[in-house]
Amino acid sequence: MRAEMRAAMRPEMMRATKFLLALAPAIVMAQGLDPAAILKPLSDSWPTYSGDYSGMRYSRLTQINQSNVKNLTLAWTSRMTGGAPAAGGFGGRVGGGAPTIVGGEGTGEANGPINIRASILQVNGTLYFSTPDNAWAVDARDGHTLWHYFWKTKGGTHIGNRGLGMWHENLYMETPDDYLVCLDAKTGKEKWHVEIANFNLQYFSTMAPIVVGNHILVGTGDDLDEPGFLQSRDPETGALQWKWYSVPMKKGDPGMETWGDVDTASHGGGNVWIPGSYDPENHLYIFGTGNPSPAYTNPPGRNGDNLYTCAIVALNVDTGKLVWYYQTSPHDTHDSDSTETPILVDGQFNGKPRKMVLHASRNGYYFTLDRLTGERLVTSKFSDTVNWAKGLDEKGRPVRDPAKDSTVAGSLVSPNNGGATNWQPPAFSPDTGLFYVPTNDAYAMYYLTETDPRGAMGLGGKDEAGITSMGAYLTAIDYKTGKTVWRHKYPGFGGNIGNGLLTTAGKLLFGGDLSGNLVAYDPANGKILWHTRLGNVSNAPETYMLDGHQYLLVAAGDTMYAFTLY
Amino acid sequence: MVERGKALYGVNCSFCHGSDARGGEGGPNLLRAQVVLDDQNGELILPIVQNGRPDRGMPPINLTTAQVADVAAFVHSFRVGGYDISRMTPPTILVGNAKAGEAYFKSACASCHSVTGDLKGIGAKYADPKTLQNTMLLPGGGRGGRGGGGGGPVVTVSVTPAAGAKVDGRLVRIDDFIVTLALADGTQRTFRRDGDVPKVELHDPLAKHRELLGKYTDNDIHNLTAYLVTVK
Ligand code: HEC
Ligand code: HEC
Repeated sequence: MRAEMRAAMRPEMMRATKFLLALAPAIVMAQGLDPAAILKPLSDSWPTYSGDYSGMRYSRLTQINQSNVKNLTLAWTSRMTGGAPAAGGFGGRVGGGAPTIVGGEGTGEANGPINIRASILQVNGTLYFSTPDNAWAVDARDGHTLWHYFWKTKGGTHIGNRGLGMWHENLYMETPDDYLVCLDAKTGKEKWHVEIANFNLQYFSTMAPIVVGNHILVGTGDDLDEPGFLQSRDPETGALQWKWYSVPMKKGDPGMETWGDVDTASHGGGNVWIPGSYDPENHLYIFGTGNPSPAYTNPPGRNGDNLYTCAIVALNVDTGKLVWYYQTSPHDTHDSDSTETPILVDGQFNGKPRKMVLHASRNGYYFTLDRLTGERLVTSKFSDTVNWAKGLDEKGRPVRDPAKDSTVAGSLVSPNNGGATNWQPPAFSPDTGLFYVPTNDAYAMYYLTETDPRGAMGLGGKDEAGITSMGAYLTAIDYKTGKTVWRHKYPGFGGNIGNGLLTTAGKLLFGGDLSGNLVAYDPANGKILWHTRLGNVSNAPETYMLDGHQYLLVAAGDTMYAFTLY
Repeated sequence: MVERGKALYGVNCSFCHGSDARGGEGGPNLLRAQVVLDDQNGELILPIVQNGRPDRGMPPINLTTAQVADVAAFVHSFRVGGYDISRMTPPTILVGNAKAGEAYFKSACASCHSVTGDLKGIGAKYADPKTLQNTMLLPGGGRGGRGGGGGGPVVTVSVTPAAGAKVDGRLVRIDDFIVTLALADGTQRTFRRDGDVPKVELHDPLAKHRELLGKYTDNDIHNLTAYLVTVK
């Protein structure tokens, strides 16, 4: 496919592109990324995980729109190879001869196939992105690699990497073995790396670092019983600025009254593995925390709500101090991380302007919260099958039904472990007022295998047997009521969660479906407007503007596809 | 070393930290403790054992450096992670009431099944009650929430093009844009889909099984399982 594209390119265009490329790094990239630029609403570039701080993934670009989306054409594709040069056979790819820079503290043996789940930054005509242990700079005009960085890992969970953060000419990458690596965006050369979590404690790091002014916000994951935290690092040195634990670490810490004992609380999970959103006006970094640990069992030490696990949390970004929280799964027993990206929206609520947070949780519930106080405005269930809760309490929080915990004889529970939704980024369109999220109505049997309340650690203690999905959907929710306004069922029986989403002022909603198609929908009603079959779309589509042309960019496994209108 | 350590641990530590080191009378779980995870050969555990933390319930214990190294080797011999297959020894899942299960079967299942007909010997066919239970919930359903795959009955599909005769076959693949059928002669046929054209009808033999998932209580499931295991 790529070879055909190249052949179809007119020779003078190729020469012109090459000429520009020779100049581009020196002239254009010297500007880097001023962190103030991230404050602007999403438009020509894509400078941070969600495009801008709101988390909306709503682009103001309109060149590609409802009337012409059917004319989208493939501009280029680019297939990435990871690993060290000798092992990976690097070079000879598009624009061959790009250097691979090797760093790392380990032997680098845990290198798997390339699957791009990351958000891809687009700054000054260059794309920057990552997979576990690999980072690339790629020309946004034709997809050729400018440099590749490979981190030799000590090992650990290599489940995914959500992308890079950028500050002036620095790029930041988290590694599965818990380092924050700073790269020179121009050359891919490493400037420094610092340890961000203790690898011995089975932490692994996947989050895309979020740059807010002079803060690099960094989260980690852990599937053993270790405390979750978010930390802020200095952009120039990597030095720690502050660290916020999502569970009480000692007697007297806030939230300790929601645990049975300090030992359990301080091993209680609540990991921060997906980037949050940022409210610049109020200096609030708003994000979700993961499940309490042990995830599926109820040792006496977990008696209580287990703050601040499974919660939406607002921290003052300058101090790292908690401003408010809202727990979406008090005393969770199903690994229902609340890490799914919260979306910050200014809009009407009950006839008055209101600053809000919109969040669809893995547990199957949707929430609209007040952004300044965390007050709950709306709770709704966006799944037909979800049955783990008995109802809502006075704060609108779902109340766990203990009968739906894992039991020896088996409990039929929805959602399954994958969740009613998961990390796949949702989107929001101010034009429709709708919140878009891929959802799945799936059942699983949960069997308790560890009957000793001391016994289970991490995700252990249960055996899950997937039963079936009753339907997987692209779901559009009205934030004012929490009601599903429309939803599109992915045909067939292979229920799973669809891919992350993008919406635009061109009145378009893009996302990968469950069958390997990249699809454009009408955000007002879900009508299909355009599609192309790429196979296994693996990240959320993005869009950017270059040389007067709007591009649509998406990854499918190890390959990136860019579309445009000519 | 591990054996020596096990003996020393059993005498000196297990009362408080549990024989499996996951916590006991007053002492915390050692497997997930940072000092233990950071420790290599007892060097970090040694000062804690020798000095104790008397104000917090951990007494000083008089062991030599070599002995603590043995204890450490024993503690490090446990697998530290969520999934530990050696601990997956649950008691039987059969807690239901077979009589109640039989009554449920008669009202909800007998329209399609008979325990002397198609389900004869079902309790022997799936000797593991968990497998039987999962099969009963969704026959042939794979793990991981993907129904319709694996060994389940075949989903068939009828496609009626705008012009032309209806085509029937086994469903191979369907999305919003394509439907592929395997025809009786073993060949495949693919139709382009454009909204409602052509007309596509899926025939899912397990539709009723799916529908029942929203109706069962866990008790119904346990009772049905208890009944079906007796159908030998
Ligand atoms: C009388 C009960 C008791 C006995 C016996 C005992 N411990 Fe402890 N141990 C404790 C308590 C209680 C703590 C927690 C102290 C604290 O809160 O810091 C502890 C803490 C520890 C810690 C530190 C855990 C952490 O999280 O920091 C280690 C390591 C340890 N014990 C090892 C041992 C070993 C090895 C032995 C046997 C040689 C042993 N203990 C015997 C009660 C006991
Ligand atoms: C509307 C018809 C229908 C109803 C009602 C129905 N089933 Fe089924 N069942 C089926 C079909 C079709 C199959 C698949 C048979 C095959 O694989 O060919 C099946 C398969 C099974 C199997 C697997 C048999 C095997 O040999 O693997 C079990 C067990 C089962 N059903 C139990 C039940 C129970 C228990 C109920 C009531 C709670 C029930 N069914 C209700 C249609 C039905």
